[in-house]
Amino acid sequence: MILLWLWRRWRRRRDAAAEEEAETPAEFRPTPARKGPTAAARGPVALVLHQAYYDLRGFLRNKQARFFTLALPLLFLVVFVSVFGSDKIGPTNVAARTYYVPGISALAVIAASFVNLVITITVLREEGILKRRRATPVPAWTLIAGRTLMAIAVSLISMIVLMLVGRFAYGVKLPTRTIPGIALTAVVGSISFCALAYAFSTAIENEDAAQPMVQAIMLPLYFISGVFIPAVNLPNWLKHVAQVFPVEHLSDGLHHAFAPTTTGAGIIWSDIGVLALWGAIGLGFALWRFSWLPKAATG
Amino acid sequence: MEPVVSVHGLRKRYGQFEAVAGIDLEIERGEIFAFLGPNGAGKTTTVEILEGFRTRTEGVVSVLGVDPAKGDPAWRNRVGAVLQESNAEPGLTVRESLQLYSGYYNEPRDIDETIALVGLQEKADTIGTNLSGGQRRRLDVALALIGDPELIFLDEPTTGFDPSARRTAWHVIDGLRELGKTVFLTTHYMEEAEQLADRIAVIAGGKIVAEGTPGTLGGRNRMAATIRFTLPEGTGADDLPPELRALLAGEDGRVTLTTQTPLAHLHVLTDWAIARGIDLPDIDVRRPTLEDVYLELTEAPA
Repeated sequence: MILLWLWRRWRRRRDAAAEEEAETPAEFRPTPARKGPTAAARGPVALVLHQAYYDLRGFLRNKQARFFTLALPLLFLVVFVSVFGSDKIGPTNVAARTYYVPGISALAVIAASFVNLVITITVLREEGILKRRRATPVPAWTLIAGRTLMAIAVSLISMIVLMLVGRFAYGVKLPTRTIPGIALTAVVGSISFCALAYAFSTAIENEDAAQPMVQAIMLPLYFISGVFIPAVNLPNWLKHVAQVFPVEHLSDGLHHAFAPTTTGAGIIWSDIGVLALWGAIGLGFALWRFSWLPKAATG
Repeated sequence: MEPVVSVHGLRKRYGQFEAVAGIDLEIERGEIFAFLGPNGAGKTTTVEILEGFRTRTEGVVSVLGVDPAKGDPAWRNRVGAVLQESNAEPGLTVRESLQLYSGYYNEPRDIDETIALVGLQEKADTIGTNLSGGQRRRLDVALALIGDPELIFLDEPTTGFDPSARRTAWHVIDGLRELGKTVFLTTHYMEEAEQLADRIAVIAGGKIVAEGTPGTLGGRNRMAATIRFTLPEGTGADDLPPELRALLAGEDGRVTLTTQTPLAHLHVLTDWAIARGIDLPDIDVRRPTLEDVYLELTEAPA
């Protein structure tokens, strides 16, 4: 709650500062003359990084996106750990605080990769921004790769924040041996959920529908996939339903990678395989259905 | 020299509806060409085919020597597009948006010079989505210009603007002429076409119904002029000399004469009035405006 209060206070101050800034016309500062060739001239990798950098800048200036992607997972961690404290829970029978770091990390990855991306893509498409970018020589895959790279970066930043808060506020032991498992699961999960976001955005007609539709799909999945409550408390049939969807596998993979009892690098290949399969299905669907043009017809 | 845009027999059908019904166009290098027509006439459909966003049903289209349906990045390097509806890049300032787009090109224009060209120096560090409608449109023009294209499409660049924002936008578009750009402009404001264009084609119902310079469009230079005046109490149109009575087009308090030779007939009229000792204080002589021509051309056929 203190965090929330601090965040609100910071937001108020920032808004006040922004308003002040908006009133006084900014002094015209010439950009330093361009040094060397442009991103496009330096090749595809430079162009992807260029796109990811500006996508990230835009994202960080969006209050709503910041709240849902960065602040909300943190809030969930604080709430769940406060409620369940040191109860032994979950398949690996760990203290609740240790359980919720990976559980909420799964939510953070999905928030950054899927939820934020579906909303952003829908807005960019409906406002004609994707269309305008398509009118430039930038290759389509560069735009997609740049945005995906940004989503992975935000996912990892969000997870690191959760882990640090877990470590220093609640004394959760962070495993070092299983870092490969944590990182691989998070990155594969992030890429797959990005692909699913591109696929899912094709089903959304307008900007207003994006947020409620995404939440309507994700909230039930969070509940049955071990993100909010341990899956052992669920009836068997519901567990099987959950195992069809990728959320359970991201959550399961991270839970195992974080569990103190896990041996080796903490990579659960079956979870990674299912995530990758969902990603491939999403990519295929997106390639088939994805459109750069607004769905709302123009004259 | 090869035309920048060349279109022959272009058709676009959506089911039974023919949005573009056989269009021929040629646009030369350095020309500002206006595609004028009411909403739903087929302007945007045509432009989007030329921009490579839509496929065509029939016809031959060449833009800078390339079929837009097969436009590759090298071709997109040479074409700029200001779309009818596109918002600013979310969360980026004017300068950042231009930095982002300039990275897409191999040889972009200078960012500050481009900002100055559209008159957004004061707003360079403002978030694009916080700009006013007119300023946002100018940002759109800047984004279309940053790659230093040879040809720029402007799809209804001033729709919904207040008069002062429209003047500013016209000034910016006029500036493109000095850069030697070829401009393809669509609009449903004849005033805009008259103000900016070297050549105008009027489109209605998917067909080009007239083509010409703002002065000659639709035979405007050959159309009859109108002389209108009010006669004083006690004098009627019947009292006019016979050669003027023959020109009578209407009398509803004010007399209206139409004539191909306004000067000669005006002379007869003033001689007659002076001889009778009357004045015609509200006399007015008018050539048909582009608006008259336009309304006549685009009137839906009965």
